[in-house]
Amino acid sequence: MHALSVRNLTKVYANGVRALDGIDLEVETGDFFALLGPNGAGKTSLIGIVTSLVTKTGGEVRVFGHSLDRELNAVKNAIGVVPQELNVNLWDKVSNIVVNQAGFYGLTRTRALARAEVCLRQLQLWDRRNDTARTLSGGMKRRLMIARALVHEPRLLILDEPTAGVDIEIRRSMWQFLRDLNAGGTSIILTTHYLEEAENLCRHVAIIDRGRVIERGPMATVLTKLTEEVFLLTPREPVLALPAVPGFDVRLNGPLELEAALPRSRSANELFAALSAAGVEITSLRNKANRLEELFLNLTERKSPAPGLKGPQAVSR
Amino acid sequence: MSLRQQFVALSTLVRREYYRVLRIWGQTILPPVINMALYFIIFGNLIGQRIGQMDGFDYKQYIAPGLIMMAVITNAYGNVVSSFFSSKINRHLEEMLVAPMANATIVLGHMAGGIVRGVAVGLAVTVVALLFTPLPFVHPLITVSVFLLCASIFSLGGLINGIMARNFDDVSIIPSFVLQPLTYLGGVFYSISLLPELAQQVSRLNPILYVVNAFRYGILGVSDVPIATAYLMMVLSVAALFGTCVLMLNRGYRIRE
Repeated sequence: MHALSVRNLTKVYANGVRALDGIDLEVETGDFFALLGPNGAGKTSLIGIVTSLVTKTGGEVRVFGHSLDRELNAVKNAIGVVPQELNVNLWDKVSNIVVNQAGFYGLTRTRALARAEVCLRQLQLWDRRNDTARTLSGGMKRRLMIARALVHEPRLLILDEPTAGVDIEIRRSMWQFLRDLNAGGTSIILTTHYLEEAENLCRHVAIIDRGRVIERGPMATVLTKLTEEVFLLTPREPVLALPAVPGFDVRLNGPLELEAALPRSRSANELFAALSAAGVEITSLRNKANRLEELFLNLTERKSPAPGLKGPQAVSR
Repeated sequence: MSLRQQFVALSTLVRREYYRVLRIWGQTILPPVINMALYFIIFGNLIGQRIGQMDGFDYKQYIAPGLIMMAVITNAYGNVVSSFFSSKINRHLEEMLVAPMANATIVLGHMAGGIVRGVAVGLAVTVVALLFTPLPFVHPLITVSVFLLCASIFSLGGLINGIMARNFDDVSIIPSFVLQPLTYLGGVFYSISLLPELAQQVSRLNPILYVVNAFRYGILGVSDVPIATAYLMMVLSVAALFGTCVLMLNRGYRIRE
C-alpha cells in the first residue's frame, strides 16, 4: 500500500496561477521521500492539498488508501505535518501547544499529557515545557512543531523545509531524529532546497518544477543525472596567469580563485593531478552552486539558476 | 472521529479559550469592570439623579441590566473575533484545520470561549452594579437564559467577523461602527416608549433592543417588547448564526485557499 498516492493533481489559485499541473506521485509505506524543487515549484501547494489546508482544483489524493474526498478524517488522522512557516501560538506554553494538539485529534487529557511528554523529551524540549513558545530559539521552535506533529502518532510525517535557517548542529540532530523515526516505521516526506539533506536522509526523490514532476526515482538513480559539478578552488600561491590544464575546463576568477568544471566521468584526483602538473597547488575547494541547483539546471537545461535554490554552503556529511 | 473524540476536542478548545481569558485578565475582565463603575458614577449618580424615575425604577436601577448586557455583548463578541482572527493571521488555526475536528466542534468551542468571557465579565459587572443599586432579579431563570443566549449570539457574530476579516481594520470596523451604535440605541439608557412612534418602529428593527429588554424583564420585571418575541428572536439568531459559521468553515471561506 502507498503511504501517499497522487493522481493528476491540479491546483489553480484564484489569481490564475497554476501551481500544480497534473502531478502524479506515489510514496511507498515506510519510505523516506524527498520532494525537491525551487521556490514556486508547487511543493507547498501539494503539501497544503494533502493536509487539507488548500483546496485542490482537480485530481485524486489517497493516504494509506483513504481518499481525501471521501475519508477526510482517516486521512487527517494518518498525517502529521510540519509546515515551512512558524504556526504556533507564541504566547502559549510549550506543553499546552502539544497537549492541545493531541486533544484536537481526540486524545483524552491523560493520554495527551503522556504523549506530549514523550514527544517533548524526544525533541529535547521537556525542560522548556513551562516556557512560552516565543522564548524558544529558532531551532527549538522547529522542534516544537515536530513534537506537535507527532503527538497523535501519525503514520505519515510531512515536513516542509524543516531545517531552513537552522544551524548545522541542530540540523544534524534533526536528521538523526528523523532517521530513527523512519526506522521505527513512520513514512516521511520531506521538502527541501538542499540536495545534501535529501541525499543524507531519503531513499526516493521527486523533483518538481512549475507544477510538474520533472524527475523521480531512487535517489542514487536521480543523482546520475548530475553530469557535471563546478568547484571553486583556492590556490596556495596567487595565480596571475592561468596555465593550460589539459582535459579540464578551468577558469581564473582572480589571483586567489579558480573555477573548474568536473564531469561525472572524471575524478577530483585527476583534476588535482592536472593542476599540480601545471604548477598550481590547491589548498581548498567548495561547490560553486549547491548540487541541487546543478542537478536542476542539468534536468531543465536552464541557463540561469532557478529562483530560491540555495547558494554554496557548508553542508557536511 | 467518534462523538466522544469530538467531545474531547471540544473540551480542549474550551479549556484553551478559558485559559486565554484568564491569562490576559487585565485586558479581558478589568476594563469592563472599570467602565461599568464609570457609567454608574456618571450616568447613575451624577446625571441619573436629575432624570428621576423610568418605568417606575430609579434611573440607576433601570440602566443596570442594559449596562450588564452591553458588557456581555462587547466582551463575548470581542473575545471570539480576536481569538479567531489572531489564530488565523498567526496561522495556528491550522492546528485545528489539519485535525479531524468537525467544523461544528470548532464553532461550538469558540462560542463557548465567548460565553466564558461573557459570563466572567457579566458576573464581575453585576457585582459592581450591586455596589451602586439593588437589583431584585424578579425572574432568575429568564435572567440566566437571556444572559447565555446573548453571549451565544454575539460570540457567533464575533466568529463570523473573525472568519471574514482579512486585516485588523476588518476586526475593528464592526464593533465600532455597527455594534456600539446599535447597543447605545438598543434601549440601554432609555425606554423606547419615550421616543416618537416612528423612532419606536425603527428601534424595533434593532436586535439588541430585544436582548436588553428581555434581560431587564428578568431583573426588574419590565420590558418594552413582548418577552416571547424576544426569546424567539434570540433563539432564531443563535440557530441562524451557528449555521452560517459552520457553512463558512465547511466552504473554507477565507480560511482555505
